[in-house]
Amino acid sequence: MPDSVLVIGGGIAGIQASLDLANRGTQVYLVERTPSIGGRMAQLDKTFPTLDCSICILAPKMIECYRHKNIKLLTYSEVSEVSGEAGDFKVKVLQKPRYVTDEKCTGCGTCTEKCPVKAPNEFDMGLGNRKAIYMPFKQAVPLVATIDALNCLYFTKGVCKVCQKVCPSGAIDYEQRPEEVALNVSSIILATGFDPFNPARMKEYGYGRFKNVIHSMEFERLICASGPTGGHLIRPSDGKEPRSIVFVQCVGSRSQRGEYPYCSSVCCVYATKESILVKDHKPDTEVYVMYMDMRAVGKGFQEFVDKAKRQYDVNYIKAHPGGISEDPKTRSLQVYYEDVRACDMKKLDADMVVLCPALVPKEDNKRISEATGVQIDEYGFFKSKNQLTAPVDTVVPGIYICGYCQSPKDIPESVAQASGAAARAAETIACKSKET
Amino acid sequence: MIGRKQQPRIGVFVCHCGVNIGAVVNVPGVVEYARTLPNVAYAEGNLYTCSSEGLSKIKEAIKKYDLTQVVVASCTPRTHEALFRGACEEAGLNKYLFHMANIREQCSWVHAKEPDKATQEAKEIVSMAVAKAALLEPQTEPEIDVQPSALVIGGGIAGISAAVSLGHQGFSVHLVEKKDKLGGKLNDLHNLYPTDRPSSDVVEECIRAVKSDPNIELHTLSTVKNVEGFIGNYKVTLDQDGKEKPLDVGTIIVATGAEVFEPSGMYCYGERQSVITQFELEQLMKEKKLKKPQNVVMIQCVGARENKEGGRNYCSRICCATAVKNALEIKQTYPTAEVSILYRDMQTYGKDFEDYYERARENFVQFIRFDAESPPEVIPRSKGKYTVRVNDILVDETVELDADLVVLSTPLIQTDEAKGLSKLLKVPLGSDGFFFEAHVKLRPVDFATDGVFVCGTAHSPKTIPESIAQAYAAASRAGIPMALRRVHTEAITSVIDEDLCTGCGTCIKLCPYNAIKKDERGIARVNDVLCKGCGLCAASCPEKAISMRHFSDKQVLAEATAALGGS
Repeated sequence: MPDSVLVIGGGIAGIQASLDLANRGTQVYLVERTPSIGGRMAQLDKTFPTLDCSICILAPKMIECYRHKNIKLLTYSEVSEVSGEAGDFKVKVLQKPRYVTDEKCTGCGTCTEKCPVKAPNEFDMGLGNRKAIYMPFKQAVPLVATIDALNCLYFTKGVCKVCQKVCPSGAIDYEQRPEEVALNVSSIILATGFDPFNPARMKEYGYGRFKNVIHSMEFERLICASGPTGGHLIRPSDGKEPRSIVFVQCVGSRSQRGEYPYCSSVCCVYATKESILVKDHKPDTEVYVMYMDMRAVGKGFQEFVDKAKRQYDVNYIKAHPGGISEDPKTRSLQVYYEDVRACDMKKLDADMVVLCPALVPKEDNKRISEATGVQIDEYGFFKSKNQLTAPVDTVVPGIYICGYCQSPKDIPESVAQASGAAARAAETIACKSKET
Repeated sequence: MIGRKQQPRIGVFVCHCGVNIGAVVNVPGVVEYARTLPNVAYAEGNLYTCSSEGLSKIKEAIKKYDLTQVVVASCTPRTHEALFRGACEEAGLNKYLFHMANIREQCSWVHAKEPDKATQEAKEIVSMAVAKAALLEPQTEPEIDVQPSALVIGGGIAGISAAVSLGHQGFSVHLVEKKDKLGGKLNDLHNLYPTDRPSSDVVEECIRAVKSDPNIELHTLSTVKNVEGFIGNYKVTLDQDGKEKPLDVGTIIVATGAEVFEPSGMYCYGERQSVITQFELEQLMKEKKLKKPQNVVMIQCVGARENKEGGRNYCSRICCATAVKNALEIKQTYPTAEVSILYRDMQTYGKDFEDYYERARENFVQFIRFDAESPPEVIPRSKGKYTVRVNDILVDETVELDADLVVLSTPLIQTDEAKGLSKLLKVPLGSDGFFFEAHVKLRPVDFATDGVFVCGTAHSPKTIPESIAQAYAAASRAGIPMALRRVHTEAITSVIDEDLCTGCGTCIKLCPYNAIKKDERGIARVNDVLCKGCGLCAASCPEKAISMRHFSDKQVLAEATAALGGS
């Protein structure tokens, strides 16, 4: 009878569930699709409403996972098969080749320095570049290099091998193959998180066409000290500091015309946080937040919004803009909206616009749903067994859900729900061991 | 305690942290300098001291050079101290013989443009660390047994869910409820959103779950009278209908719920019968006592989101969805009734509520938006009739609505008992009155006091599924020490010199953790398990009779002297 648990997803929810279980003595396998754990929270600059540096409060937990004797990290890996039942699931995990032996790699970074190939850095939302051999970010866990075979000269053209030549530990291994790991676990926790919806679909806002229209995850990297500009908030078009920024809420969410009808729950307050960050960086920047309903429903959130208005002079406008146009010369923008008070169309000039897109469940949930039998709803969120009384349970006994993949929620709610899923998994182990 | 035996032999490891430190600070120069410091037996630089290679170098050096203390000059102890302490322990060195010097956050990152001065500062920081390290002594962390039983205070949906989870985990649970029946506020609610399931159904299901679990002992008509002890070993006294009942538990979960704000004097509430709160509407509907209304006007944010000093400034989270649910229900029962909801912002957040809001609009519930600056007015007319005047900001027009039922959505507020409980358990309340957790982001159900946890609306307003998830979280967190059956507590605690202590009691009054008591001789005594090592007592003792383990005056002065260039 295994008393171990598989956690799928290495963001804050998956990390918290893993640590709770490991700390009570349960063996945990934490599977993460990308080369490092950390998830979305690792990409954020600060967190609301306390303005804590996100990676600074997350990194200790990531390192704790790495060091924990009861946690086996399976990064750059995907679950390929699940069978069995609560108390006895058989799982196959596919470990993708990094082409770097992780026991040998010290994360020194010599290879990434010398690698001649540049590729867009996913961690910086494509705003900066990384090399073809890379570590996603400085605090990555594990701090091990990964070769991106799609861009590597050796894999695409059969030449180069510079990384192998410079690696002081002989860690480069071009012959690595995908490896299948078989696990036997008592329960499974799904914590796959979210992606931002691609706002290019809403053509009226010009995302993708207008350089100075960006989305909020890009903004987080742009204002972060470890981001591509070193935290210097500048316009993508000309590198100038914007004098005015407009945040647009509900881009693709709360939509009645085919995008996502639900509310993403976190945007009103993170836009408030981002507004405060702009003001902190450059107090004379004009900041506007255009919103439909100000949803600051969490603990201390309404107070945070009040503070942004009072102390930071952030302007909140009740409006959902109809469109954005660009001055082709200056690349500056005009935001068109209906002033509900004056009942007429107005125009607001902005050096930069930040769109707050719907946050949507991972595409991959469909595949996980097929593999596990856990149901997904029409948007791809994993379905609770009962949305009123069994939020972390699924219709499959022994499989639990937490974090954004269950429904939109913020970090503390994700952390709480992750601990909650851990409790349910611990119950499964306790009940099964009582039976036998 | 091991006596001072030999001359210290300190190992110093200076980290480049890739380019983070190495590109600013001349690391080889700092290493060279460290070698010249008193008691330093070995020094080296590492590209990443925290890499597995760096850690094995520390371990090798401890053995090879017979090191007695280790200093790593790198980043912050917040993230990396545990890692380096672990490496020292693996090489047989007590983890309190490790000391960290922060030359990244406190040096290279802030002085990136002045490499020479940064290098000088890094040297000074290292010399301070070495001076302190020479005086470090091994410490042992007290280990205490944890009883595998929990006290859950509050028999509402949160308390029940926490108790049932703990029961399933195999722990014995004492579930305490002040009333004679489980269910809390659920007993007063009608149907629950978003599934419209009758609340009584859910309560019955909960009661069955509690009653069928042999691990749960239910104490109704009981309140917590006194709590003593600490994590693992709490001695609790219940007041059960006037009689005292003692309990021994290892952990405590606070699930005392919330009250509903009564808006006396607002919008004619309390003066007129047909001005009621949303909560009272629930009760009327549940008891099937709601008389057929013709015109219902609901007003949101009554006494919430006040945006004023000392006000109820928070959003109560659940009221908008509740109003939508009740509006739909009235429409269903009395299709000819007109229902209007006057709101500031509709808080139909998340996956399900937006759909619910849409359904209400389809069913001709009228939504009128007002500004906080110009709230609606309720003007009484004859015989239970009212005119509600409101400025609809979406059309910028003042509208007058007839009403024979005015329903006020008022926020959840902290209970009256919470203050007393917060004192008994030594856990704080926030400025909004709700229990204040250890860390808003990452420790949502923990308190800074070990062994005590919070869940449900005692923490902040939340829905039923949110309360349940949080209750499970509290059950997970409380389950950890109980599953391990023991905990280690901090070794950095205060020590009292009995010869110097005059028993003045200053420290006893100051200690925020109630960790100091007088013994039979009138001398102060520290409970190592309760002490958090904050140092308040040591700083305030008029006789200088109190010192801190791992932060002795001697150690701190040595550090300060080194900082001033002395040795």
